[in-house]
Amino acid sequence: MTSLKEVPVGSTVTIKKLHGQGATKKRIMDMGLIKGSRVKVTKVAPLGDPIELTVRGYELSIRKAEAELIEVA
Amino acid sequence: MKIALAGNPNSGKTTLFNELTGSSQYVGNWPGVTVEKKDGHLKGHKDVIIQDLPGIYSLSPYTLEEVVSRRYLVNETPDAIINIIDGTNLERNLYLTTQLLELGIPMVIAINMLDVIEKNGDHIDLKSLEKRLGCKVVTISALKNRGVDKLVKTTIEEANRNHIPDIPAIYEDATLDLIKRIESDLGTGIKDSAKRYFAVKVFERDEKVVEENNLQNVLQAYSNDIKKIETEEDDTSESIITTQRYMFIADIIDAVYKSGRAQGELTLSDKIDKIVTNRVLALPIFALIIFVMYYISVTTLGTWMTDWTNDVLFGEIVPGAVTSLCQTLHVASWLQHLIIDGIIGGVGTVLGFVPQILLVFLFLAILEDCGYMSRVAFIMDRILRKFGLSGKSFIPILIGSGCGVPAIMATRTIENVEDRRMTIMLATFIPCAAKTELIAMISSVFFHGSAWVATSMYFLGIIVIVLSGIALKKTRWFNSEVSPFVMELPAYHLPQFKTVLMRVLERGKHFIVKAGTIIFAVSVIVWFLESYTWSLQYIDPESAALSKSILRTIGEFISPIFAPLGFGNWQGGVSVLVALSAKELSASTIQTLAGKAGVASIFTTMGGFSYMLLNLFNPPCIAAMSTIMREMGSKAWGWFAILYQVVLGYVVAFIGYQMGTWLFFGGSFNAFTAIAILLIIGIVYMVVRPGYKVDELHGEVVKA
Repeated sequence: MTSLKEVPVGSTVTIKKLHGQGATKKRIMDMGLIKGSRVKVTKVAPLGDPIELTVRGYELSIRKAEAELIEVA
Repeated sequence: MKIALAGNPNSGKTTLFNELTGSSQYVGNWPGVTVEKKDGHLKGHKDVIIQDLPGIYSLSPYTLEEVVSRRYLVNETPDAIINIIDGTNLERNLYLTTQLLELGIPMVIAINMLDVIEKNGDHIDLKSLEKRLGCKVVTISALKNRGVDKLVKTTIEEANRNHIPDIPAIYEDATLDLIKRIESDLGTGIKDSAKRYFAVKVFERDEKVVEENNLQNVLQAYSNDIKKIETEEDDTSESIITTQRYMFIADIIDAVYKSGRAQGELTLSDKIDKIVTNRVLALPIFALIIFVMYYISVTTLGTWMTDWTNDVLFGEIVPGAVTSLCQTLHVASWLQHLIIDGIIGGVGTVLGFVPQILLVFLFLAILEDCGYMSRVAFIMDRILRKFGLSGKSFIPILIGSGCGVPAIMATRTIENVEDRRMTIMLATFIPCAAKTELIAMISSVFFHGSAWVATSMYFLGIIVIVLSGIALKKTRWFNSEVSPFVMELPAYHLPQFKTVLMRVLERGKHFIVKAGTIIFAVSVIVWFLESYTWSLQYIDPESAALSKSILRTIGEFISPIFAPLGFGNWQGGVSVLVALSAKELSASTIQTLAGKAGVASIFTTMGGFSYMLLNLFNPPCIAAMSTIMREMGSKAWGWFAILYQVVLGYVVAFIGYQMGTWLFFGGSFNAFTAIAILLIIGIVYMVVRPGYKVDELHGEVVKA
């Protein structure tokens, strides 16, 4: 399984499945990261974490710990 | 008539609210939480109240803002909802819309940023959108005040004819079928028009909604049916609903929206962000912005204005004028003393910080409004979250080096409650302007004015913040819930004058009102205690007033508490009490009490050092304490924060004095030294013991 955490900056991927539960998963999904969404990893913060994504035409920042829960293809 | 204003953060909601209500705003907190509540009268319609809801992305049960909003919408059913949407980001904004539409409340959608949409050449088919969503859609530009009149007219019409939106066709057949069956079993306690909302919440197993509305039986009855769908879809019911909402929206976007820009084309905001959060340049740019902000508001302009207010306005002009007025009116000397030294002195000291505070608020409002504040969190998150703080905690802590009150108020920019509470507790540990006076005095009396004293106190402040953060983060109090860091980085835009100004004035007002009430009262009490004997005889301030006052007796009474800190005399006790009301007085009181004999007559070197340590970590002043009480959101949390600071101040001073005396001044090893060593061991244990961590996979907090 490849997680969003491992995706290099600049690549665009499709979300395959969301792992995790409760508040974290719900929040990620509410922001539009669901199965089938196209996500671009735009940037990594200067200190290596969090990362910036482009999804549904806007910029979203999540920590690598959360990115690890997102399985991509 | 009540109209609720709902929408995503950064959708232009505040701008629209200001446009709708003008200056008739009332700002407070939602009951029991520190979520800001704003309402106001609609301009030109005195009978219409606009209720501004917190900026939210969803009506999920996971954040305070969302819970507060949905409780208001369901329990107090406004006559209509205005759902403001960022027209440059329809897809994500419509997600909240699909939830609002199910509440069964008349609603109008306001697509904002019409000016930007036109500039980009985007096209939105409004007729088709209205048909698919089943409610009126109006395009506006809150910033340029376009379309707002039409929005108001449409909303009032919809409210008057009580037009409930048609329920949009969001769900797939199997899900919809089950939701409809749940609807039919909800009972009579729930209005027909709101049944869809509740049925979906039951399907999602939303514990809060189920409990509050006694729907346990319904959930029980359909539990197996819900499980069946979950197995078929290989997902939780909550996720199934979210996915179907977004699929419904994707279809809408395909049909009604055409972007004017070529795919992948960078906007101006994207280009700015490429530089500002660049891996190499981000930190230097951040440092530069912080430096400019600090330099102007704390070091130069702010200090000049504060010095002028303190020394000239409340030091000469006001007291001079009042003195001559009192003399013309032949006011009794005690009353004159009360007014000039007690009230003007007390309130003036605090009001002196107003210019500095307003400048800090001005910079904060600009950083927030233009979109940089979320980038600060993005840049700083990695370091600060190790100490239980948030990326946004950096700014309050920095402001704390000027004054604690605006520092605590600046924590409002932190969304997560635990991060905010932690920041409030720790932000005042960096020596503020008032504490630096004390540091300067102790340094000049006992340490030959060495600059190392001040430098090491700043470092000690940082160390205490870091260790406190680590230790507190390991307690259960700061791990009550999982708080994911999922944050929108909004597009940059020019800060808007009106929004910035209103935010500055509103925050400044709180501070001034506080100075006018609490600090006024405390000034009078302190004045009374130091000006009267127990037989209520007034003491002439020119004579050695404090030595006969009530305050002295109190100082004597509590002085044994401070014996282990090296200053168990009444002067020490009095100074600690007075300094608790304001650190500006921590140095001057000692000097007054010591008189010609000098500060060294009251304190030994280590005693003076430990007096300084105690004051550095004690709560800064009455104004800061009342701000802590307010911003913590509950009395219990407020007292916890203040008590933590009081105890911490005592412990640090205790360790400092006992260890210092034993190690450097040839003191004997006694019971107190042993206690000091035990305290150090205790602190080390609190810092290194295993705490809690978030199990991301299962979404819960577990013991590490």
